[in-house]
Amino acid sequence: MPMLGIMASAISGNLWAPGKDFDSIATVTATGSSATISFTSIPSTYRHLQIRVTGGISYSSNAYDALAIQFNSDTTTTNYNQHYLAGSGSSAYAGNYTSVRNAATWMIQSNTGIFSPGVIDILDYANTNKNKTVRSLSGIDFNTDGEIFFNSTLWMNTAAITSISLVSASGVFLNNSSFALYGAK
Amino acid sequence: MAAGNTYTQIASTTLGSSSTTINFTSIPSTYTDLVLVLQGTANSNYWDLYVRFNSDTASNYSVTRLFGNGSTAGSNRLSNDTLIQTTYYGNLGTGQSTQILNVMNYSNTTTNKTMLVRANNAANGVDASAGLWRSTAAITAINLLMFSGGSFQAGTTASLYGITAA
Repeated sequence: MPMLGIMASAISGNLWAPGKDFDSIATVTATGSSATISFTSIPSTYRHLQIRVTGGISYSSNAYDALAIQFNSDTTTTNYNQHYLAGSGSSAYAGNYTSVRNAATWMIQSNTGIFSPGVIDILDYANTNKNKTVRSLSGIDFNTDGEIFFNSTLWMNTAAITSISLVSASGVFLNNSSFALYGAK
Repeated sequence: MAAGNTYTQIASTTLGSSSTTINFTSIPSTYTDLVLVLQGTANSNYWDLYVRFNSDTASNYSVTRLFGNGSTAGSNRLSNDTLIQTTYYGNLGTGQSTQILNVMNYSNTTTNKTMLVRANNAANGVDASAGLWRSTAAITAINLLMFSGGSFQAGTTASLYGITAA
């Protein structure tokens, strides 16, 4: 079509390519024996990453707990910072952490037949000129209790992210908990 | 690592006239998650959006919500309900509203079904919620509903997407 040809030749940079802009990179399914899941050798060919979570943890002391997120195996707590806004079902509350703790998404405990959903966006992850930022929305509801959780996390490092770990401090991930990594161009 | 395209439009509709329901039916089980994007208006302000799955009208639903209207933030929970009321301040009105539903692992037959919702009404407020449908059935239909005189208006769009994990 002539009009399309004219437009294409006049535009520099990437043109929109329908249907190939959101790719599944890898999925980890828990077997009930590990408190850490990791994505490694993440290609740098995308603009943003998204992790979509449905899962639970074997945490007996409370109804739910939060996960930690770590990049490139960096466990230096002072390299991470987080702010959150949450709702408990009766009140809204907000806070911040300077730690890898509570940095990702809430997970529900075992034996309820309910897995917790979470969507974690990691922005411009391969850019070596920026510290890295994360936003997430996660929640839990099991009829009598629940939590909804907005989060913003900063990793103060300009390295390209090549690996991501999600860590449960309170118990192993339940069998069939699923962690799916996607790349957006 | 496997890399494959995923994020496929399953169905989309633009209302030609007002309606109290928008239904997506015969949803295939071939995806991992569903994303439903609703953008549009209601016949007047402050009409809430309700969601059912598979037309189940039993008291199998609950939701935990977080909401704010520019001056106040709060949270509440609705339990043992016959549907999920996804909105509080981020409801539909005569101005444009956007609702985004993430329905996770919708076709598995082992766990109950959960979803995350973002509801936005720039003229009124914003919400986020975690909803639960206590059923292990695969979701094959999503019913968007309004009640008590509220209705989606002509021009409202609703699109359903499927996301496939590797």
